[in-house]
Amino acid sequence: MLAKRIIPCLDVTGGRVVKGVNFVELRDAGDPVEIAARYNDQGADELTFLDITATSDGRDVILHIIEAVASQVFIPLTVGGGVRVVDDVRRLLNAGADKVSFNSAAVANPQVIRDASDKYGAQCIVVAIDAKRRQGEDLAARGEGWDVYTHGGRKNTGLDAVAWARQMAEFGAGEILLTSMDRDGTKSGFDLALTRAVSDAIPVPVIASGGVGNLQHLVDGVQQGGADAVLAASIFHYGEYTVGQAKALMAQAGVPVRV
Amino acid sequence: MAQRTVAVVDYGMGNLRSVSQAVMHVAAGEGVEVIVTQRPEDVRAAERVVLPGQGAMRDCMRELADSGLKAAVLEAAASKPLMGVCVGMQMLLDHSEEQDTPGLGLIPGRVKRFALEGQTQPDGSRYKVPQMGWNQVWQSAGARGVHPMWAGVPDGAWFYFVHSYFADPSDVNHTAGQTEYGQRFTCAVARDNIFATQFHPEKSAEQGLALYRNFLHWTP
Repeated sequence: MLAKRIIPCLDVTGGRVVKGVNFVELRDAGDPVEIAARYNDQGADELTFLDITATSDGRDVILHIIEAVASQVFIPLTVGGGVRVVDDVRRLLNAGADKVSFNSAAVANPQVIRDASDKYGAQCIVVAIDAKRRQGEDLAARGEGWDVYTHGGRKNTGLDAVAWARQMAEFGAGEILLTSMDRDGTKSGFDLALTRAVSDAIPVPVIASGGVGNLQHLVDGVQQGGADAVLAASIFHYGEYTVGQAKALMAQAGVPVRV
Repeated sequence: MAQRTVAVVDYGMGNLRSVSQAVMHVAAGEGVEVIVTQRPEDVRAAERVVLPGQGAMRDCMRELADSGLKAAVLEAAASKPLMGVCVGMQMLLDHSEEQDTPGLGLIPGRVKRFALEGQTQPDGSRYKVPQMGWNQVWQSAGARGVHPMWAGVPDGAWFYFVHSYFADPSDVNHTAGQTEYGQRFTCAVARDNIFATQFHPEKSAEQGLALYRNFLHWTP
């Protein structure tokens, strides 16, 4: 049976892995190649690199990081952050990425997802969605649900997250990386209602992200949220848990995992 | 003595970096040279040939023909160890349902699409197509036991898949491995000096590297 995947996420800037809380307060967590190799040894199913470099002059650093990791670690690698045009996909795939993740650029120009998917195949195009539960005026005006945010979580697009996920799957996204901004960095678990709503709405896999604080949260993301894969950063970076421990608990809970 | 070489066939379909990196990784220290090549003469001169493939099968077949590499690949398939991967496996069969595309006809049978939309997996979650992720491979035991390419790889080992289509060989003896996804399907085919997988050994960590290592030593 197809295994549910565990995906450690490495936020990268200036050639180092860092981790923020609610998209701010960055802490250094180590060297990307070392961390990637350690996760591979622990049994990670895939790795996601998020380039959070704000300026364009630091962009090529991620290509070198991916080249270095891809020559030593033989599991699927996804890269996101600052991906804007179809040519960015080509450069990242050539560097050794297997999938490329769009976020803000897909909102600004949805056609880029069609073009990238037509050219390189849906299997390598991921759309990342940063979603936040509607509150205040938005809630009063449009009812319960989640809005899509861009620009590192600073800008509300006014798009409904479930409808947006559906549209992106239709446009050729092969996978949706779904982050709850309310939960990100809080260690209080995934937003399971959000995960379930998106997973039930689309035919392509959903990666749940944002809020993992313990291993039971990973089980809940799959069993209650309906996620095909679960992504976490800080619980693995700081050595609180290993990927192996996560898989052992998931297997015990009846979730199919690769061991 | 001539240098032993493995040719990774580059007929213009997508990114060969991950396949060549994995083959180079296992070839390092074994005195085997790995070349990624667009030249038919390199394919003819190589001791072994890897045929990757990604994207749509029709595009792959067209590019293989237009690149001038098809004849050299067919010669390799008739004479020396050849390993196909993903669409590089699908092309070995007679025909694919994907855009009604004829294949190379080296393994009798057809390539079919998963018809799983709307069905649920044993754990209650719904099947998604493409199948994306890690699944177990069960080695097929023929009259002479399991295929030598599986040496050192445990039965039921996990490999990484990304595909919507799968091979359905008409001769059961050409099935070298199977996987369960809604149905049991053939995920590895073999015939004489040909071995090919639907999954991606280059993305399947240690077990995948073991397959490429076995390929360097395989004497059909």
